[in-house]
Amino acid sequence: MKITLKVWRQKNINTAGKLVEYQLDNVSEDMSFLEMFDVLNDSLTRKGEEPVAFDHDCREGICGTCSMYINGRPHGPQTGATTCQLHMRSFNDGDTIVVEPWRARSFPVIKDLMVDRLAFDRIIQSGGYVSVNTGSARDANEILIPRTIADEAMDAAACIGCGACVAACKNASAMLFVAAKVSQLAILPQGQAEHKERAERMVAQMDAEGFGACSFTGACSVECPKSISLDHIARLNREYLGAKLTSDNING
Amino acid sequence: MAWVTQTLSSSLGRKVIMSLTGLFLCSFLIIHMAGNLQLFKGDGGRAFNEYTYFMTHNPLIMTISYVLYTSILVHALMAFILTRHNQASRPIKYAYSKPEANSAWASRNMGILGTVLLLFIIIHMRTFWYEMHFGSVPMAEYDGKEYKDLYAVVQVAFGELWYVILYVICMVAIGYHLWHGFQSGFQTLGLRHKKYTPIIEFLGKYFFAIIIPAAFAAMPIYVYLQVHHII
Amino acid sequence: MKLESKIPEGPLAEKWARHKFALKLVNPANKRKYEIIVVGTGLAGASAAASLAELGYNVKAFCYQDSPRRAHSIAAQGGINAAKNYQNDGDSVFRLFYDTIKGGDYRAREGNVHRLAEVSVNIIDQCVAQGVPFAREYGGLLANRSFGGSQVSRTFYARGQTGQQLLLGAYSALSRQVANGKVKLFTRTEMLDLVVEGGKARGIVTRNLITGKIESHSAHAVLLCTGGYGNVFYLSTNAMGCNVTAAWRAHKKGAVFGNPCFTQIHPTCIPVSGHYQSKLTLMSESLRNDGRVWVPKTKEDAEKIRKGQMSPNDLSEDKRDYFLERRYPSFGNLVPRDVASRNAKNMCDEGRGVAKTGLAVYLDFADAIKRDGQKTIEAKYGNLFEMYEKITGENPYEVPMMIYPAVHYTMGGLWVDYNLMTTIPGLYALGEANFSDHGANRLGASALMQGLADGYFVIPYTIGDYLATIGPGDKIPVDSPAFKETEQKIQEQIKKLMSIKGQRPVDDLHKELGHIMWEYCGMSRTAEGLKIAKEKIQALRKEFWTNAKVLGDADEMNQALEQASRVADFIELGELMVDDALNRNESCGGHFREEYQTPDGEALRDDANYAYAAAWEYQGEGNPELLNKEALIFENVKLTQRSYK
Repeated sequence: MKITLKVWRQKNINTAGKLVEYQLDNVSEDMSFLEMFDVLNDSLTRKGEEPVAFDHDCREGICGTCSMYINGRPHGPQTGATTCQLHMRSFNDGDTIVVEPWRARSFPVIKDLMVDRLAFDRIIQSGGYVSVNTGSARDANEILIPRTIADEAMDAAACIGCGACVAACKNASAMLFVAAKVSQLAILPQGQAEHKERAERMVAQMDAEGFGACSFTGACSVECPKSISLDHIARLNREYLGAKLTSDNING
Repeated sequence: MAWVTQTLSSSLGRKVIMSLTGLFLCSFLIIHMAGNLQLFKGDGGRAFNEYTYFMTHNPLIMTISYVLYTSILVHALMAFILTRHNQASRPIKYAYSKPEANSAWASRNMGILGTVLLLFIIIHMRTFWYEMHFGSVPMAEYDGKEYKDLYAVVQVAFGELWYVILYVICMVAIGYHLWHGFQSGFQTLGLRHKKYTPIIEFLGKYFFAIIIPAAFAAMPIYVYLQVHHII
Repeated sequence: MKLESKIPEGPLAEKWARHKFALKLVNPANKRKYEIIVVGTGLAGASAAASLAELGYNVKAFCYQDSPRRAHSIAAQGGINAAKNYQNDGDSVFRLFYDTIKGGDYRAREGNVHRLAEVSVNIIDQCVAQGVPFAREYGGLLANRSFGGSQVSRTFYARGQTGQQLLLGAYSALSRQVANGKVKLFTRTEMLDLVVEGGKARGIVTRNLITGKIESHSAHAVLLCTGGYGNVFYLSTNAMGCNVTAAWRAHKKGAVFGNPCFTQIHPTCIPVSGHYQSKLTLMSESLRNDGRVWVPKTKEDAEKIRKGQMSPNDLSEDKRDYFLERRYPSFGNLVPRDVASRNAKNMCDEGRGVAKTGLAVYLDFADAIKRDGQKTIEAKYGNLFEMYEKITGENPYEVPMMIYPAVHYTMGGLWVDYNLMTTIPGLYALGEANFSDHGANRLGASALMQGLADGYFVIPYTIGDYLATIGPGDKIPVDSPAFKETEQKIQEQIKKLMSIKGQRPVDDLHKELGHIMWEYCGMSRTAEGLKIAKEKIQALRKEFWTNAKVLGDADEMNQALEQASRVADFIELGELMVDDALNRNESCGGHFREEYQTPDGEALRDDANYAYAAAWEYQGEGNPELLNKEALIFENVKLTQRSYK
């Protein structure tokens, strides 16, 4: 296959970037999208041009590191998959593929296609946990969790924190990410003790990071590699409103 | 009271304001439509004018009407604030984006649709509400009682073809706005459930996005056809 | 060097309890006076950092990824073992201990493994309390399944994403401590050297991967939780960034390296499709519970399938060889990983492999689908089947899946004593980075168990003993000469890498190293091959330092430079692995020397001469490493030929 790539090149956060065109002539359809980038980088290096920087690690769709906006969609044309799970057989000979980094104020570009997603870590730090110290847990089977509940919590917990939801959303909203964690812990009995503060604090942090609001377009869920449902956003809204109306926190 | 201001200025709080005002406006649409169906009665406007009189003199309705005006303003103002915030969340746009692959057009263009509707409301209120309250409306007399003849104003306005077309276009806009807006309002409030959400979606898409705008659009068309003796 | 394993005295089941009591404690008010560095934020690192911070220590946690949640523990699919015996099927701490020792082909310490089995039950409790959504039965109790090479159901799982859920649990505990101010997080930061002064670990020197800045961090103790070195083979199931640099540089500073040649080749990976391949994807071992492994009986049929002239579905039952079921009637398709992998390789070596490359065997679900229905199979393995289809473009419900072994885990690692301390006082190694618990082969669902055992339940006890001994004042500032010298050395090394300005991209050199390792030091090894490998690696090392091409600048994000620095270490490690494999004149677990096998082709151990852990000691640039031996003493199990017939 012959592929024309238009790739966002940007030296660092302080420099303006632009799309640069590259031609690749020997692309196999069994290659993964990132392997195609390896081939590009190999040829750039041999020519003496600096290779394209992009985030990637596990290359099996679970670590959430890879983050390319491919032909107008996060993680490319395939749904339910990350960039590293995309294969060239999803494209045709002669295609032009535009590759950009995630775009959001809260995800500044570090270099080329690489962005900083520390905002997500800070949101989890604000409340995405159950406060239990090591060693103080009771026997695991003392907490009965019906299978349906465990399954629903698992659906939410499957989030890989890649940021495709933010990248896809026209408002760069992080609601699906925040909802997935709030919802997982709101469903499970272990999360009950802190469920009010958790919703309040995580939403406050999400806002402080500068993410947009939810317009319920559903783009996040469609583009989510783990297909996390909008039900969780509704649950987050419920949790948040319930917390705001009934928590003891009168200072905001 | 810090928690109140904090809640209402959070992104979720703002959406709740959008949702509550929006859903209130939806409920108003039902009443408004039901009342205006009097136009189809073919009684020379008597029922319509009596209904208008009731609406402008009943103290409860008058109170609610102020809530309504406030809702429109708050809904529009909040939309403006949210849109600015949302746009600031992505200062550099994508060079190439394909949003139609993952979301419905209406859901992404609520701001544009809303702006059209706001302009429509201004024109609509100038034509009828302003005339009714501050203009010179001819009088009609039924059973010895005087009524402002708003029906006559309606006939003049809807006698103009461009005005009818404008109305129909705006009703299409309201259809799209509600196609997304009605069910979205429930989502914002967290009211989502396997059993009830399909009902809400059905209501939103068929009743609010199709039947109500169609009924409203039928009114100017009907009056136009009648004024010009086509029917 | 005298290796002191510090295994406590007393009966096996009481060793850990006695030891915990004997360990010195740090008074709660004093804990805040200590700083601990944790490198790596996978299961071992995140759980250790969180637990130590909860105790009151000040922790600095480092990872090369952009977030601690991305550490490669996240990719573990199958599950985590624990001796809960919830299924009433005869499990016990002793049975888990016994299975693990036997599974490791009797090359691990009894004391360590028993402790691992003991704390396994606490891990499940801890994770459930954190909100890890393990699979449940309808009534709400935890579900279990049996897993690779085990005859009881003791594996806890969260769909095919157990590692992810456990890591996110540990990550959430870590995040909570970050919010509490007890953990300071350094992401996109790579440890490039260990600072040793006065015979003790004093801190680390790191490179900020975004700015390229070289920085020093001082502490009372350093924990390396940096995972395994499977990427020495280039192609492995490891993440692209997994590397040996932290462990290797600590090794060069005096930490001895245990059993480097013990690597695990996982039998169920998706086969290689082309030369551009960058990594291999594992298909969970749980697939072997229902899938049947086979190849065509004849070379001719295999040839036809390879050429695409015949579909596997057209081959009748009598023309198929279900080789695992044939050779191991009692364990069948569920034999341990090393056995399954080696058999698959043998089939391919005989010319009966499938796929275009001839390097694959079938894993067939047709019978399971016939027996249980497609729905049941979908519920069990749906996500794995989908993943397979995404990668290969073939539907495994219709065409049998193809699998081939791939490097997955390294049992070897930094040598540690019972306290998880390396031979450098104050330097610890946890999880896959150490060598301690899996011997020569790791059983399925045991890696997650070990990582979390070390982090949650071992290090919080054992580190106190060292800290209480040295006292809070025993720490040196980052501007002391030891740090400055190390920084200088690192700067020079980076400068050297940047100034080679050769012709070959680093990735290409790494690939070549991988080929050498896979060919000669992979699934089966011979003395002759290993000698060739040694020469080839030495030549590659020269090639690397004269012909590597690293573009860009050192003071900015530079992925090629990161890789170059890691590959340089992999090359050195590769040579040590070969030395270790050459030294071990026996076959055990993942280490299979063709010269040492039973008449029917099974691994033939030599307990009289090799029942020891090989601990290699660095002797300076250019000198062969010194072999130290830690004799393994078995008092509670009888060493037998591992049989899964």
